[in-house]
Amino acid sequence: MVARGLLTFKTTPSIVATGVTAGPLEKKSQFVDKFDKIYEDERCEAKTNEHGHAKMMEDACMIALSKVDSVPSDADFMLIGDLINQMTPSNFAAATVGIPYIGLFSACATSVSSLLMAALLTETGMSKCAIAGASSQHNAVERQFRYPNEYGAQKPETAQWTVTAAGVAAVTPYKKGFPSIECGTIGCVIDLGMTDPLNMGAAMAPAAADTLTRHLTGHNKDVKDYDVIMTGDLGKTGFELYKKLAGNQGIDVTKNFRDAGKEFYGADPSFLSGASGAGCSAAIFLTEVIDKMRAGDYKRVLLIATGALLSPLSFQQGDTIPCIAHAIELTMK
Amino acid sequence: MVSIFITAFIVGGLICVVGQLLFDVAKLTPAHTLCILVVAGSVLDGLGLYEPLIDFAGAGATIPITSFGNALTHGAMAEAEKHGLIGVVTGMFEVTSSGISSAILFGFIASVIFKSKGKV
Repeated sequence: MVARGLLTFKTTPSIVATGVTAGPLEKKSQFVDKFDKIYEDERCEAKTNEHGHAKMMEDACMIALSKVDSVPSDADFMLIGDLINQMTPSNFAAATVGIPYIGLFSACATSVSSLLMAALLTETGMSKCAIAGASSQHNAVERQFRYPNEYGAQKPETAQWTVTAAGVAAVTPYKKGFPSIECGTIGCVIDLGMTDPLNMGAAMAPAAADTLTRHLTGHNKDVKDYDVIMTGDLGKTGFELYKKLAGNQGIDVTKNFRDAGKEFYGADPSFLSGASGAGCSAAIFLTEVIDKMRAGDYKRVLLIATGALLSPLSFQQGDTIPCIAHAIELTMK
Repeated sequence: MVSIFITAFIVGGLICVVGQLLFDVAKLTPAHTLCILVVAGSVLDGLGLYEPLIDFAGAGATIPITSFGNALTHGAMAEAEKHGLIGVVTGMFEVTSSGISSAILFGFIASVIFKSKGKV
């Protein structure tokens, strides 16, 4: 089989800094101490949820840059995305920050697709510093994809809670002492006919399992090579399905498997199946995982961000939910 | 006296059970569930069955959304008796107008005072 969709970075670009901002409810996250900034207001003191969404992204960018003593004019590219129609929060954030910008959409998998694109630009030598990241804001996302927030619709156990958070990484050419991007796998869109937007985990699980299998065989790796294999936001329901699907492919899923969505809010049952949203994987990958790599706890990790590629219109017209998963492999040399 | 509370609780609860089953078993959306319950109340009143239920269970039958369907049919039929076919149109909101107006009024007041957010 010809290996398709595989990326290998000879220059191993590094993630030299991260910026993670989150909303007030995210204080309930077990990773809250690792976030750079928590807002007391869901709208980040802005007039609308969407403006707050943009503000959160801007602040995350500025925090990431400030950690490496940089300002926006030092960055060559900004590759970010979110879940709102036409990605207006990212567009507005890019307008304020003023870095040359391409909006990326892979739904919640944007956290990884943006890192891969930043690594590619760095590998070509055209970028000395690229900003990559993703964000989501609960109220803005929920009312777009599900029900108006005022409606208070009852949710089933399989539903996930969209995280209010933004996670941004500054990617530069290889720098010693920082996690570096060694390779990655671009996902295929998988659609097994799921139609329930209140059970995204189950819809995304096959995409995650497919990308995992393709990454391992394509890059000739084994599960044992990694200290952790973390998925983005499958949640409790989706994570179990994903492990089952991967297990059926002969992959040992008993150790080192983690899911950011399942762990984000801990065991709190009020969050049902767990967390979701582009900000979920971005926030956890860029804090929990990067911190552990820098502390020496993790030497090699595989991050698989999953995204449900539905639109409010496609769902209303009864279409199925196509899903994608992108993988990135980080090492600490 | 106490028995009316018990019957109201049981009948009202049973109507809610039907709604919950429509959610969980039939996998309907909240909007579909709402419409089905309203239509059910309307049809039951058309068959002359909802009023006896109210006599039996009181608030247990008037509080759930099925009562809204009942009121729609009730108003339409009452006006139809007085004014013929045109009464069906004019009567439909005769009884329900207070409910609809209240929903608009209180919705407005709530939206002026509060900002919406997701509930955990």
